[in-house]
Amino acid sequence: MLNRYPLWKNLLILFVVVLGLLYSAPNLYPDDEAILINNENLEMSEADVAQVETALEAAQIDFFGVEFDANSIQVRLNGVEDQFRAKTAIEESLTDDYIVALNLAPTTPGWMQAIGAGKMNLGLDLQGGVHFLMEVDMDAAIERRMADNLSNVRSILREQRIRTRGINLVDNTHLEVRFANTQDRSSARSELLDNFPDLQFQNREANDLYILDMRLTQDIVLQIQRDTLQANRTTLLNRVDALGVAEPTVQQQGSDRIVVELPGVQDPAQAIRILQRIATLEFHLEAELGAPRSSYENYQTPDGLLVDVDNDVILQGDRISSVRSTLDQNGMPQVQINLDAQGGNQINRVTRENVGRNMDILLIETKSRTINSLDEDGNEVEEVEFYEEKRLISHATIRTALPRTFVITGLTAREANDLSLLISSGSLAAPMTIVEQSVIGPSMGRENLEAGFRGVQIASALVVLFMFAYYRLFGLAANAALIMNILLIFSVMSLIGATLTLPGIVGIVLTVGMAVDANVLIFTRIREELANGISPQQAIDAGYNRAFTTILDANLTTFLVAVVLFTIGTGPVKGFAVTLMIGIATSMFTAIVGTRAIVNLIYGGRTVQALSIGNYAKAAPASS
Amino acid sequence: MLPKTEIDFMGVRKIAAYISILLAVVSVISLLTNSLNFGLDFTSGTSVRINYSESVDLDQVNQVLRDGGYNEAVVVTFGSDRDIRILLPVDESIADANQAEEAARVGEVIAGLLQQASSSEVLLMGSDYVSAKVGEELAEQGGLGMLVALGIIMVYIAVRFQFKFSVGAVVALAHDLIITLGIFSVFQMEFNLNALAALLAIIGYSLNDTIVVSDRIRENFRRMRKGSPIEMVNTSLNQTLSRTLITSLTTLLVLFSILFIGGESTQGFAIALIIGVVIGTYSSIYIASNVIIYMNVTREDLMIPVKEGAELDGMP
Repeated sequence: MLNRYPLWKNLLILFVVVLGLLYSAPNLYPDDEAILINNENLEMSEADVAQVETALEAAQIDFFGVEFDANSIQVRLNGVEDQFRAKTAIEESLTDDYIVALNLAPTTPGWMQAIGAGKMNLGLDLQGGVHFLMEVDMDAAIERRMADNLSNVRSILREQRIRTRGINLVDNTHLEVRFANTQDRSSARSELLDNFPDLQFQNREANDLYILDMRLTQDIVLQIQRDTLQANRTTLLNRVDALGVAEPTVQQQGSDRIVVELPGVQDPAQAIRILQRIATLEFHLEAELGAPRSSYENYQTPDGLLVDVDNDVILQGDRISSVRSTLDQNGMPQVQINLDAQGGNQINRVTRENVGRNMDILLIETKSRTINSLDEDGNEVEEVEFYEEKRLISHATIRTALPRTFVITGLTAREANDLSLLISSGSLAAPMTIVEQSVIGPSMGRENLEAGFRGVQIASALVVLFMFAYYRLFGLAANAALIMNILLIFSVMSLIGATLTLPGIVGIVLTVGMAVDANVLIFTRIREELANGISPQQAIDAGYNRAFTTILDANLTTFLVAVVLFTIGTGPVKGFAVTLMIGIATSMFTAIVGTRAIVNLIYGGRTVQALSIGNYAKAAPASS
Repeated sequence: MLPKTEIDFMGVRKIAAYISILLAVVSVISLLTNSLNFGLDFTSGTSVRINYSESVDLDQVNQVLRDGGYNEAVVVTFGSDRDIRILLPVDESIADANQAEEAARVGEVIAGLLQQASSSEVLLMGSDYVSAKVGEELAEQGGLGMLVALGIIMVYIAVRFQFKFSVGAVVALAHDLIITLGIFSVFQMEFNLNALAALLAIIGYSLNDTIVVSDRIRENFRRMRKGSPIEMVNTSLNQTLSRTLITSLTTLLVLFSILFIGGESTQGFAIALIIGVVIGTYSSIYIASNVIIYMNVTREDLMIPVKEGAELDGMP
C-alpha cells in the first residue's frame, strides 16, 4: 500500500523520539550553585564538615545538600550571591591548605544520572568558569640553560683531556673557565666554539690565570624568554587537555604571563591541584665520597635514607619527550620515561662513564602560599609568596648505560599516576606560579545563555507560524520535526558530553534553517507534482523521493565542511562544527523520515482527493 | 503563493557578473587598504583589573568609561561582583616596547575616573598589555579550514555532479565570503570570534543553496530533450525559486530575531549571517549557474553514467 510505513519503522521513530526526550530532559533541571572544598594533603572528615556548617550558619547563609567523601565536601546554596558570600565565609574559617572553589551541582534525578542522561556542558561564555593568571620564572629559565651549558662544557673538556683550573657561573648569563696557560685556553676555545653557538667568547687574564668568558647575548636571552613562554604555554595546554576540559583558553599576557581559562570545569579544585603543582625533574649523580661540601646537597629518599646529591645536573626535565605510568611484570606501578635524541645521548654518555654509581632524580615543585602582612599604613594585605620544594623521588644504582627509554620504580600507584601526568604534559621549560586565580561569575554567562535561547525560541516560533501558514497540515508535520530536531541535538550533545558555546548556538540556528529547508524542498516538490496533475498519494511519494537526492547532496557537502572545521579547528570553531554535524545528522532523520511518518499516518492507506499543503498552481481551486 | 514564474535570470547574467566582479574588487581593495576592524579577540589589548569595596554596577562603569572617551572598553566581572576587568583596544601608534608602560598609565587614569564616579573605594589591582590572543591562531585555522573545505567540496561536487559544477560552487562560495568580508571592511564593523563563526556558517548556507540549484539543473539537463543550456538553467532557477526564497525568508526570520532579541554578544554574528544569506541567495541564482554557462556546460557533461543519480532520476 502506498505511503504506509511498516510497523517496525514507526516503532523505530517512536523509540528515537522517546530517547530524544529522555536524554534532553536533564537540561530542564537548572544546576544548584555550590561550593566545593578540598585539601591536597588531607582527607576530609566529619570535623571539616562541621566547621564549614558552623561558618555558614555564623554568616547566616542558607545551605542544603551537604555531601562529602574523602576527597571533597560539597555544599549547595541558593543563588550566586550566596555562593560568593559563602566562599568568603568558608575561606576565613579554614586554613590555607584548603581549596575553596565555586562549583555547580547537578539537580537531575538519580535515575536519569543512572542511565547516563546528563546536562550539556556549557562554555565559559555561557556559564563562566575558572580563570588563572600564571607567571613564568624567566630568571630560572636562563639559569637552567646556563647550568646545562656548564655541565656540557665540563664534560667536553674532560673528554678532550683539556685541564682547567675551575669552571663556574659568575652570574645568570656569564660562565667563566680558568686555565693555567694560553695553549689550553686556545685549544679549549676552538673545541667549545662550535658546540655553543649561542654564547659569546672572550679571553681575559687575571691573577696569573688565563680565563675564557662565555656569555649569553641579550638577543639570545630574549629568544630564550620567548621560547620558554611558548613552551610553557604548550605544556599548560596539554595539561588542561589531560583534565578533559573542552574549549580551554591558554593565552599569553605580557612577556612572562599566561592566562588560563577553563570553562565548564566540573571540578575546579582538581584543576587547581594539577595546574598548581608545577613540577620539573632534574637528574643528578650521587656525590662521590670525599667530594667538597659545597659540591653537593643532602636529600632524603622516600625510604628515609640520607643521600648526598651532586649539584651538577646531568639531565634536565625538558629533554623528556614522553612519559607513561605502567605496571611492571610484578604488577608494581612504574613510570616509563622516553628522552629526546640529545637527552638520550647525554644520559647514555654519563651513565656509561658511571656504572656502579647511584643516580638521583629530583622533583622540583614550585608552590605558592598566601601570607598576611602589614603594609606601610598598617593595613593588612595579602601577599603571595613562592617557594621551591625539591624532593628526591628516585635513588638507584646505575647498572648499565641507560638507553633513551628507562623506568622509575618504587612509587605508589597514585604517585606514579601524578608524576606521569605532571611530566607527560611536557616538563615545563621554567617554573610557573599562579599569581591570580578566580572563577568568572556565571551571571554574565547566564545572560548570554538566556538571550541566546530567547533568540532561538522566538526564531523557532516565527518559523513554526510561517510553515503552518504556508504549508498547512504539512507545515505542522514539519514543525513537529523541527521541534524534535532541536531536542535530538540537545540529547546527542548531552550524551557525548559536547560543550555548548555561543558559536554552538549559532550552529543550532543554522541547522534549524537547514532542517526547514529540507521540508521546503520536499513540499515544493509535492506541489509541483500535484500541479503536473499526479494523484495526491503518488505526489507525496514522488515528492519525497525526488527531493531526497537534493537534500542528501546539500547536507553531505555541508557535513564535509563541518568535518574539516572540526578536524583543524579548536575552541569556538570546533564547538560550531560539532553542533553543525550533529544538527545535519538529526535533521536528515527528522525532516525526511520523521515528517514522512506523520504524513503517512494522516494520508497513508486511503483514498485522498486533495492535500493540505497550501495553494498549488493548477489543481487548486480559488476557495482554498 | 508564488505564481509559476518564468523570469529570464540568465538574460542579465552579464550585468550580474559585472556587478559581482565590481563588488569583489571593491571588497578586496578595501580589505587590502582598510583591513578589518578586528575585535579584542584578534588584537592585542590592555586589561585593567579593578577592585571595588562594594558590589559594582556594570552599567554605571560602562557609562563612566564612555564619558571618559573609552568607547570600545569591554567590562566583565571577574571572580566576584566586586572585581571587574576592563578590556581596551591597544593604541597602535605606540611602539611595542612601550605598551606595558602605556597600559600602566591607562590603568591609573581609569581607576581615577571610576573613583570619582563611585562612592565605594576603588582599587587598581593591575593593568597589563595583553598580546594577541588565541584569536590569531583561530584566524589562521579559520583561513586554512576554508581553503581545505573549498578543496574537498570541489572534489565531492566533481564526483557527484561534474567538474564544471564544482568550479561554479566554489566561485559562488568565494564570492560570498569575499563580499561579506568586504562589507565588514568597508563599514568597519567589528570582526570578532562570533563573526568568524558566522563566516563559517555562511559556507554551509551558501553551499546548500548552490547544490539545490545545481541538482535541479542536472536533473533538467538529463530529462529535457530540447532547449539551450541557458534555457534549461533558466527553467531550473524558476523551478527552485520559490524554495530559494522561502528558505532565505525562514533563515532571515531566525536571524532577525537573534539580532533584536539575542543580546549584544550575538549581534555581530546575526549581522554577518544576514549579509551572508542575502549574498548567498543572490549568488546561488546568478553566480554558480553563470559560471556553469560560461564553462559551456553540455548535456553530454551530465550523461556520463553517475550511478546513484541515474537510478533515482529515471533516464530521459
